[in-house]
Amino acid sequence: MATISLTVNGKAVTATVEDRTLLVQYLRENLGLTGTHVGCDTSQCGACVILVDGRAVKACTMLAAQADGSTVTTIEGLATGDQLHPVQAAFREHHGLQCGFCTPGMIMAAVDMINRRGGALDEQTIRHELEGNICRCTGYHNIVKAIQAASAEMAGMRQAAE
Amino acid sequence: MYQTTYHRPSTVQEAASLLASAEDVKLLAGGQTLIPTMKQRLAAPANLIDLGRIAELKGITVSGGTVTIGAGTTHAEVHTSADVKAAIPALAKLAGGIGDPHVRHLGTIGGSVANNDPAADYPSAVLGLGATVVTTKREIPADDFFAGMFTTALEEDEIIVRFVFPVPRKAAYAKFANPASRYAMTGVFVAVTGDGVRVAVTGAGSDGVFRWMDAEAALASDLSPSALDGLSLDPSGMLSDIHGDAAYRANLVKVMAKRALAALG
Ligand SMILES: Cc1cc2nc3c(=O)[nH]c(=O)nc-3n(C[C@H](O)[C@H](O)[C@H](O)COP(=O)(O)OP(=O)(O)OC[C@H]3O[C@@H](n4cnc5c(N)ncnc54)[C@H](O)[C@@H]3O)c2cc1C
Ligand code: FES
Ligand code: FES
Repeated sequence: MATISLTVNGKAVTATVEDRTLLVQYLRENLGLTGTHVGCDTSQCGACVILVDGRAVKACTMLAAQADGSTVTTIEGLATGDQLHPVQAAFREHHGLQCGFCTPGMIMAAVDMINRRGGALDEQTIRHELEGNICRCTGYHNIVKAIQAASAEMAGMRQAAE
Repeated sequence: MYQTTYHRPSTVQEAASLLASAEDVKLLAGGQTLIPTMKQRLAAPANLIDLGRIAELKGITVSGGTVTIGAGTTHAEVHTSADVKAAIPALAKLAGGIGDPHVRHLGTIGGSVANNDPAADYPSAVLGLGATVVTTKREIPADDFFAGMFTTALEEDEIIVRFVFPVPRKAAYAKFANPASRYAMTGVFVAVTGDGVRVAVTGAGSDGVFRWMDAEAALASDLSPSALDGLSLDPSGMLSDIHGDAAYRANLVKVMAKRALAALG
């Protein structure tokens, strides 16, 4: 058994888990954060993407023990109270989802790419950055539109803050 | 996934002694190959040694005509390193074409090269640039390191510490990615060094990465894509699967080699 301490969506948590526990299992089963989805068992679909120490990773391809000491953000940690994160708001506005299964991973991947690249992103960059996220429903067009809109809005917010 | 016991050493020495003393043990680096394999129960080590927190395994330094990259350096770190981009831009580009952003945030050069997947990208750069693989026991020249599909010269209790890449005059990598997995259906790394031209091919050979010697000889006198016109590869040494048969891959090697040469500039 491994004893792990980490910060999840701003809250400090400590737990004892089996060494083989995947981070996604710990989040869903121990913490009840079921917004992080599992869409495959081959590390390919990206439904489980979360931020660990600010970087997008596949929570199904990391042991909970490896995340000991880290800061984790899941889809549940993005909104501020009732106010959606700009990427969440853009997915709603631009119909960036149908069944919604891939959406948490898509949104976390979008937050990561916008943080990492900064500025308003073009379509080609977004499509390339989404190579690790698979959607069975939408055909991606509205996901790309939503991320484009959110990246422009967040770039504007950053400029206004400076 | 079967039960396993997780260990997290903080130095290479500690990792090496754990590796030597424990039974049924595997090193865990970025986990982007090993964890999926364990989830499928294709691997079930009783012990895992996590190299992820060992500072000595990380980082990139450039000096005296070489670029040294720690085995625990992630694909994203190599891709975005200003030093790598300046010294060996083809290597930075290769790292940025591995998998997807999430895989690149965790996956490491050491894990990729140790695994020696026949469709992995990094082995072609290590062989193409004639790098040296520095382990806890010795220094292994790239030409002696790769020993066939998923096989290397590494001993069971040996850990890759870093890679030393000589800076080439110029180099380029051209990859034909499998559209589903992003792994290389064929990737060709061409390097022009003080000692001549090296051409390393991944994704195509049934024994994993290999040097295309005929191409190297032809390019010695004429460094242009057309120098390869008269050459062909024997399909009997090529991988064959639902994505492309051996004859297709033999031709693809030539096509990608020409693209790499055109990109040399
Ligand atoms: C969806 C997806 C897409 C991918 N696409 C590509 C691609 O396009 N191209 C590509 O090249 N790869 C691809 N990969 C593989 C990826 O690059 C892995 O990161 C890499 O193959 C393994 O590196 P790792 O650090 O994750 O190693 P791990 O998975 O942790 O380990 C792999 C193996 O190497 C051994 N090992 C690790 N470090 C050392 C060391 N320092 N010394 C000795 N042995 C060691 C381990 O014991 C294990 O056997 C992909 C993976 C996924 C999940
Ligand atoms: S659940 Fe599919 S990549 Fe993690
Ligand atoms: S909205 Fe259904 S999988 Fe993407």
